[in-house]
Amino acid sequence: MFPDKAPVQNITDSTIKQVTQVLPAKKIKTGYRQVPVECMPGELKSKNMSSVATLQHADVHGAHDAHHEHHHHETFITKYVFSQDHKMIAKQFLITGIIWAIIGGLFSVIFRLQLGYPDSTFPWLEDLLGHWAAGGKLKPEFYYALVTMHGTILVFFVLTAGLSGTFANFLIPLQIGARDMASPFLNMLSYWFFFLASIIMFSSLFVQTGPASGGWTIYPPLSALGEASSGSIIGMDLWLVSMAMFIISSLLGGLNYITTILNMRTKGMSMTRLPLTIWALFFTAVLGVLSFPVLLSGAILLLFDRNLGTSFFLSDIVIAGKILPNEGGSAILFQHLFWFLGHPEVYIILLPAMGMSSEIISVNSRKPIFGYMAMVGSVFAIAILAFLVWAHHMFVTGLNPFLGSVFVLLTLLIAVPSAIKVFNWLTTLWRANIRFTPGMLFAIGFVSLFISGGLTGIFLGNSALDLHLHDTYFVVAHFHIVMGVASFFGMFAGVYHWFPKMFGRYLNNTMAYIHFWITIIGSYLIFWPMHYEGLAGMPRRYYDYSGWSSFNMFAGLNEFISFVSMIVFAAQLLFVFNFFYSIFKGRKVTELNPWGANTLEWTTPIRPGHGNWPGEIPEVHRGAYDYAKDGKEFIPQDVPVGEDESKH
Amino acid sequence: MSTTAIPTNTKWWNGGRSPFNASYGKVMMWYFLMSDAFTFGAFLISYGTIRFSVNHWADPNEVFNAFPFAGHANLPLAFVSLMTFILIFSSVTMVLAVHEGHKMNRKGVEKYMILTILGGLAFLGCQAWEWTHMITGDHAVLVNGEIEKWGTTVTKNPWGPHVMHEGQMVSTPGPIAFGGYFFGITGFHGFHVFSGVIINLVMLIKTRMGHFDQRGHYEMIEKAGLYWHFVDLVWVFVFLCFYLV
Repeated sequence: MFPDKAPVQNITDSTIKQVTQVLPAKKIKTGYRQVPVECMPGELKSKNMSSVATLQHADVHGAHDAHHEHHHHETFITKYVFSQDHKMIAKQFLITGIIWAIIGGLFSVIFRLQLGYPDSTFPWLEDLLGHWAAGGKLKPEFYYALVTMHGTILVFFVLTAGLSGTFANFLIPLQIGARDMASPFLNMLSYWFFFLASIIMFSSLFVQTGPASGGWTIYPPLSALGEASSGSIIGMDLWLVSMAMFIISSLLGGLNYITTILNMRTKGMSMTRLPLTIWALFFTAVLGVLSFPVLLSGAILLLFDRNLGTSFFLSDIVIAGKILPNEGGSAILFQHLFWFLGHPEVYIILLPAMGMSSEIISVNSRKPIFGYMAMVGSVFAIAILAFLVWAHHMFVTGLNPFLGSVFVLLTLLIAVPSAIKVFNWLTTLWRANIRFTPGMLFAIGFVSLFISGGLTGIFLGNSALDLHLHDTYFVVAHFHIVMGVASFFGMFAGVYHWFPKMFGRYLNNTMAYIHFWITIIGSYLIFWPMHYEGLAGMPRRYYDYSGWSSFNMFAGLNEFISFVSMIVFAAQLLFVFNFFYSIFKGRKVTELNPWGANTLEWTTPIRPGHGNWPGEIPEVHRGAYDYAKDGKEFIPQDVPVGEDESKH
Repeated sequence: MSTTAIPTNTKWWNGGRSPFNASYGKVMMWYFLMSDAFTFGAFLISYGTIRFSVNHWADPNEVFNAFPFAGHANLPLAFVSLMTFILIFSSVTMVLAVHEGHKMNRKGVEKYMILTILGGLAFLGCQAWEWTHMITGDHAVLVNGEIEKWGTTVTKNPWGPHVMHEGQMVSTPGPIAFGGYFFGITGFHGFHVFSGVIINLVMLIKTRMGHFDQRGHYEMIEKAGLYWHFVDLVWVFVFLCFYLV
């Protein structure tokens, strides 16, 4: 042990530490509850000073000086660019994620044009894409590039970095009562590695031979050999390097999230008092920290196969009449490495949405979440099972049928914790006094989508059924609903709910309601019909179905799906407009706790500065879900338990 | 460091303190090591999968039998034993450095950090020699009825089954995957050792500049030590997988 090592408490880097050090040990009675509107910590202190004469002058002055000094050091660069404030980093992740979502969404609209209108030409496509759409018709090579990049961008850059990067950064310190992440510096690096990954991935869109086009799962040998596809030339190398950067970013972020949640909870915030958002983000981080390195290994080996002539994934290949010398590798091995990440990745995307929806549903139902411990336990069970089911993506690879049956069992077991969560959401909503805020609508939409998409997962988890359904539109429909759209709904719910905390303004409600209704109806209209197509055997990833008489009957349906997808995309642009417009022009937040929520982030000033609480960090006395208790509408976590208070 | 004294009756997990009584940096290092263990685990499991899916694998006694300045003497696994000894010994000096840190003895920390760094550099030097020896080696190998001289690279190696050719036993081309996995995994481990040496160098410089004395503790040395021991532990598995079985 170190000589001076008192039990370590809430140590953070640099400035934050200074602030905590100089703060008085005694309570400042002016506390965080009567914080004047729109004020930074520094201002607050000076205002308080004049009004509260009995305060220990030296102490408060110290705190004031610390803040004062701090603000003087803050330049545009340190505040908005290389910021170490978790709230700013969260916004950076969110806005980068939004930009990627527009790009990824636009790609899907473009390839849906090809699928919905295979006989038409769109001259404006040539203006946009150049030789990839010569004569206004998408080239097959670029169709595959678009599909690949759509998947990559939305799975990794939007729903991993954009979703958990945003809300883990924003909510963890605020909801557990910490001044910042454990290591604000590594947190900043996490964003900038993500930014670097983004730049590399974005640049791959502009190389002559096109971006990666072997599907987001980049199976070798297609992805390993430049001769196999033009997207497997330089585009694939850029994809792999970009993902390596992305994995570093995710690792740095994940380590911070885990450590912060474990080490830096405020006094009284025991693990079982954590809001469910934090539990979800915790397990998300654990999944990321343990599964992404396996993808890193696979990516490194694939890079070697591509550039050094090794034979990790290649064997006995004849390409363009040429026999390759590679021998002894296994393409299936890559699939195992990929899906060992790939399956947990599904939950990395989904868990934050689950956590945020739980929180938002409880707040807006004005009821405690039903079965808090069951919710925590089921997230834990999902996190464990996530590591044990990866081979259900590989039932048709020639996997030993007995091994397949084990994976079927483990896969179907996930239905149990998932069902527990669904029933708990429904029972929370049951007979509740529901406030249909935009955030709440999206959270309820999430539950709806999770049920619809989860049920088809039970179909696909059966290896016998999967033989028929594998690689058909049924799969596309399943994962888009349960993981894609559902997670987007969780994300939208989070944005609508915490936007007031992020920017001190509200999003416009009218635009929000239009956004919600178009998106939920449109999503079902897009993906529901795909189940029929998939059951009929229509394979995914085909460029043109018009040559198959079996699928001709779906021409009209495909056109319909494409048409709706354009409307839904337009609705997302409305959201983007609402988002940026409201940052500057939205209705101002005038009360500390606009939703009447219990969690700690609403005890900070309306626009919290770096360090979050101007005074002491509040102490926590109860769980996060004391709604409708003892005749009170809600009791925030920092309110001490009254003497005559009933047990919940 | 901490602003409020913690009542002794506070429960570990109730917030307001680290449940492990460890700083965030140490907790973070442990989780990083878990993550890194998965990277190495993926490599080694891939290696195992491929190795047991082919009929023949290189015999380590045959591949690793050279020793610097020993000419063509047949000394199976002697050199790699020396390498392993060096690395494990550098872990011992690391432990001693951490121990001196606990005693706030700057001179002692400096001494043992230097020894640890030297151990790391020696290991890297040994690995460089071994790689060079393997790549530039020339072993008789029977290719299409002709004898060729091959070294061990990621695309070919001479460590296949032996066959009779013109009255003597000669080797045939070996499993291609051998070179890829050997250089890939030992290289990835070597990269970790290299990073560890850099980290230790930074720690040494910070020690000499008195940063840890000012800070009042040598916890950074302890964190660097965690990483160093992990790299050492990984080597034990790499050693097991490539040299012993």
